[in-house]
Order: sequence, then structure tokens, then C-alpha cells
Amino acid sequence: MLKIENLSKVFNAGTVNEKAALNGLDLTLKNGDFVTVIGGNGAGKSSLLNAIAGTWKPDSGKIYIDDVDVTNMPEYKRAKFLGRVFQDPMMGTAATMGIEENLALAARRGRVRGLKWGISNKEREEYRNLLATLGLGLEDRLSNKVGLLSGGQRQAITLLMASLRKPKLLLLDEHTAALDPKTAQKVLEISDKIVEENNLTTLMITHNMKDAIAHGNRLIMMNEGKIILDISGEEKKNLTVKDLLQYFSSTSGEEFANDKTLLA
Amino acid sequence: MNIFSLLSTMPGAIAQGLIWGIMAIGVYITYKILDIADLTVDGSICTGGAVCVMMMMRGHGIAISLLAAVAAGMLAGLVTGLFHTLMGIPAILAGILTQLALYSINLKIMGRANQALGVRNFKVLISLQYLKGVPWYQNTLFIISIFVIVLIAILYWFFGTELGCSLRATGCNINMSRAQGINTNFNKILGLMFSNGIVALSGALLTQYQGFADVQMGRGAIVIGLAAVIIGEAIIGRHFRNFAMQLVSVAIGGIIYYIVYQTVIWLGIDTDLLKMLSALVVALFLGIPYWKSHFKKNTVKTTEGGKENA
Repeated sequence: MLKIENLSKVFNAGTVNEKAALNGLDLTLKNGDFVTVIGGNGAGKSSLLNAIAGTWKPDSGKIYIDDVDVTNMPEYKRAKFLGRVFQDPMMGTAATMGIEENLALAARRGRVRGLKWGISNKEREEYRNLLATLGLGLEDRLSNKVGLLSGGQRQAITLLMASLRKPKLLLLDEHTAALDPKTAQKVLEISDKIVEENNLTTLMITHNMKDAIAHGNRLIMMNEGKIILDISGEEKKNLTVKDLLQYFSSTSGEEFANDKTLLA
Repeated sequence: MNIFSLLSTMPGAIAQGLIWGIMAIGVYITYKILDIADLTVDGSICTGGAVCVMMMMRGHGIAISLLAAVAAGMLAGLVTGLFHTLMGIPAILAGILTQLALYSINLKIMGRANQALGVRNFKVLISLQYLKGVPWYQNTLFIISIFVIVLIAILYWFFGTELGCSLRATGCNINMSRAQGINTNFNKILGLMFSNGIVALSGALLTQYQGFADVQMGRGAIVIGLAAVIIGEAIIGRHFRNFAMQLVSVAIGGIIYYIVYQTVIWLGIDTDLLKMLSALVVALFLGIPYWKSHFKKNTVKTTEGGKENA
């Protein structure tokens, strides 16, 4: 499904701000994998998703989606393989356009946009039903501008947009981090539902270890641009936050471990 | 100060306002829809006039001359678009570069700094001579109004299509657009071409109306265009959500601009100061939204936080 080989990216190379965001990373995803990604600040989690999405080109390495080499494919072209939801709720939707117009834009991802009318009545009906499944009361506000909606509502719509044309891979980049806990929970539920119903292969970054354990069938931990832990199946189910913290400190956070030792 | 002398200038002011309203609709596409301040228009409006004049002098018909003017304007937009997308030059600078190049090109098209298009020697579509004393269907006001209505209808249709929607999305949220598979560079170029094509059309109409094209005719055009967009939005556009009404309000903005312009002249102001006043008025209107947001109470932001992790 997704295959990443030896992926590296250095930002601001040759300056004092030089930062190796990805450091020879390898990752292979099977069809239907729902992988949660955790790691500290600057571990390379978002860089990994941005590299897959094509926001910039990596310095070295290869990215394949279903055996298609997308490493040098422009962002807008590989969008046909991908559904994306960003951390910033403002980023995933066009604020000055209506809810239905945003959905109609997403429904045409990967297709030639011609001179047919931008949205059909049949689509409107379809979107009304889809929005109703969110349970946010958006089904009666089809023509409302998205800019009027709350962050949670916008993320829910972005999720719908990401799955409207079934993507080969769904990329969720801390998509609940900017929301209040209750809304975050709701958006996570919607994410789970959409992933399950469409059997989507998913990469979800989260800063919440509990969520990382509770969702998906596989968990990876990143540090310094590499994957340092990769757990799936039964092993993941039995995982606790304590286990993760312990593992994190023993493999990467040597300082953290040292502090602990000192305290002990 | 005779009020009748002011009133007698009104048909002319409305005609000029409508012609500049067409130009302002072109500016609306880049400034409002694509979120690009495109300064190409100062050059492309003259290009439109120059091409139209030279075509008609060679004996071509009005329709073909107007079409050629539009094509020339679109070509100018294409150049700005390529500067911007292919060479990564900031849009505003890309426009300035094309505008400067067009100065030379316009001189070369006309062969000298200006060319007359006398209403006696040429069969023109509109003219300041045709404001009265001609059948209504030949009246310049009527003909320009038709141009404005047809243009708005075409744009209303286009921006409702799949391609048009993707263009609006490009201007609204470029990240989202790319994530939805929209070729944003292509759309920017397309928008710049449409915009400058429309601006060149208004240049061609203006040339016929005033009976000449001049290499200086585009100086400050962007400011007049912006003024029309802003005035139209402030007075009419904000009461409507419909896209066609937005465009209508831009055209009316152009009319209001020229009515005010004529009135100020009638009041006896030094005409040397007019461009400065235009610039100040536009600066003021552009500043108002900024001040408004500045003096509003800080609203609670929910987009940060939640970064504390493992």
C-alpha cells in the first residue's frame, strides 16, 4: 500500500537552524492499516505526513503509494491518492465558500475540472444525508459559508471531504489538537467511523498517548526523524501509557531516564 | 457654479464609469477572487486600446479588433502568471515587471506615444459623441450597459462551473486547494489571463470612447479599479451575497467613482491633484477593515495549544 524507503529531509541545511526532520526513515503500510503516530516535538511526525502529501520534496528516499512512485509527483497530482485533515481547522476548508461547495470541490479530487456546473442537485441531496450522519445539525446549513462554523464542525467537514472520494491513504495530522476535549472526542469518533466504514488505510498523528493506544491497529513512535517503536496486533491492545513512557525514555530520552535515575 | 453644467457631464461620467467598471470587474477577479494585487493592468489596459486602434486603422472590423485586444490582454496576463508561478516571483512584482515591459510593447504597437481614432473617420461602437442625438440602440450608454451585462452573465456562469469553483478555492485557501487536487498554479495563470483580457477590453472600449489611445492612459488604472471595487462593495455589494450582484456592485462602483470625480472637478478643485486624491481615498478605504479588526476586542483563539506530548 504505502512504502517509504530511506526517507530523509534536512531543513535550513548549512545554517544554525539546520534540522534533520527525517533521517533515513522506512515504513510500510498494509491495506487497511490504521496507524497512530506519536513522538515528541520535532520528532518528524508532521514532516513524515508532509513528505507523503508532497508539500515539499525529500532530500533522498522514495515514496510509493500502491507501487506508484510518487516521490517527485506534485502535491496537487498525488492528492488523488490522499485524504488529508490538518491540525489547523482553518486549513482544510475554503472559508468564503459554502459547505456544499467545499464538499463538491472534494468530490472532484483527482478528476478533470471542466465547465460543467460545480455542484448538481443530486449531489446536494447526497451531501445533506452525509452531513446528517455527523449529528452536528449541518444538514440544514448546506449553503452556509464554512467560515461561520466552529473548529470542530470544520474538522468534521474536512474529514467528510477527505473521504468523499475514497482515498488510498488518509492522513490525519493532529487533527483534534486545536479542539476542546469534548469536541476532540466527537471528531475522533467521526474519524473512527469514517475509517471503518470505508476501510481506509490511515496514518494519524496524535499528541495524546491514550488516543494513540485506543485507536487503530498499529502504533509507531518517532524520534529524531526515525521510527523507534512499531507495535501492532495483540501487543498494541495490551499497551499502557506507562509502557509507552517507559519505552520512550529507555530508547530515546536519555536525559529523561537520567533524571529519573537521579530522583531514584 | 451652475448645477446644470454638472448635470450635463453626468451621461459622460456614467459612460466612463461603466467602461472603468468593466476594468474593475477584471481587477475584482484578481484582487478579490484570487487574492492577488495584479499591477499588470496599468499596462494591459493600454495594450487593449493600442491593439484596438491599430487593428481598426488597418481596416479591421470592430468585433475582430475588440477580440484581438482581449487576446493581447490575456497574453499579458499569461506573462505575469508565468513570472509568478514558473519563476517564483511575488505576484505584485511580477505584475510590475509585465507592466513595465508593456510600456515598450505599447509604444511599439502604436509606433508612437498616441494614436487618434477619430469618430469621423472610423466607424466606432461607442463614443462621447454618441451620448445623445443618436437612436437609443446606438447610444453609448446602452451599448456599454450591454457589454457589462453580458460580461457579468459570462463570469457568473464561469465561476459556478467546476473549474470556476476551483479558481475561487485557489484564492481562498491554497493549501486546501492543493490537498483537493487543484492545480493552483494553472488556476492563478488562468485568473490573471481572464482578468487582463477583461481589462484590455475596457481599454479598447475606452479608446473608442475618447477617440484615442495613449501610452499613458493606464497610469494609476489599478487604483481606479480598486476604488470601484471598494466603493461598490461598501455601498451595494455588502448587502448581497449573490456573486452576480457583487459584480454589478463593482460596475456601479465605477459609475459612482466617476460621478464623484466629475463633481469634484465641477467644484473647481485643481485637477493636478486628482490622482493624489484617488490614491488617498483608496488608501483610506483599504485601511478601514484593518483598523476595525485592530480595535475590536481580542477574541478567544482556539487554534493553539495541545502540544505537550510524550
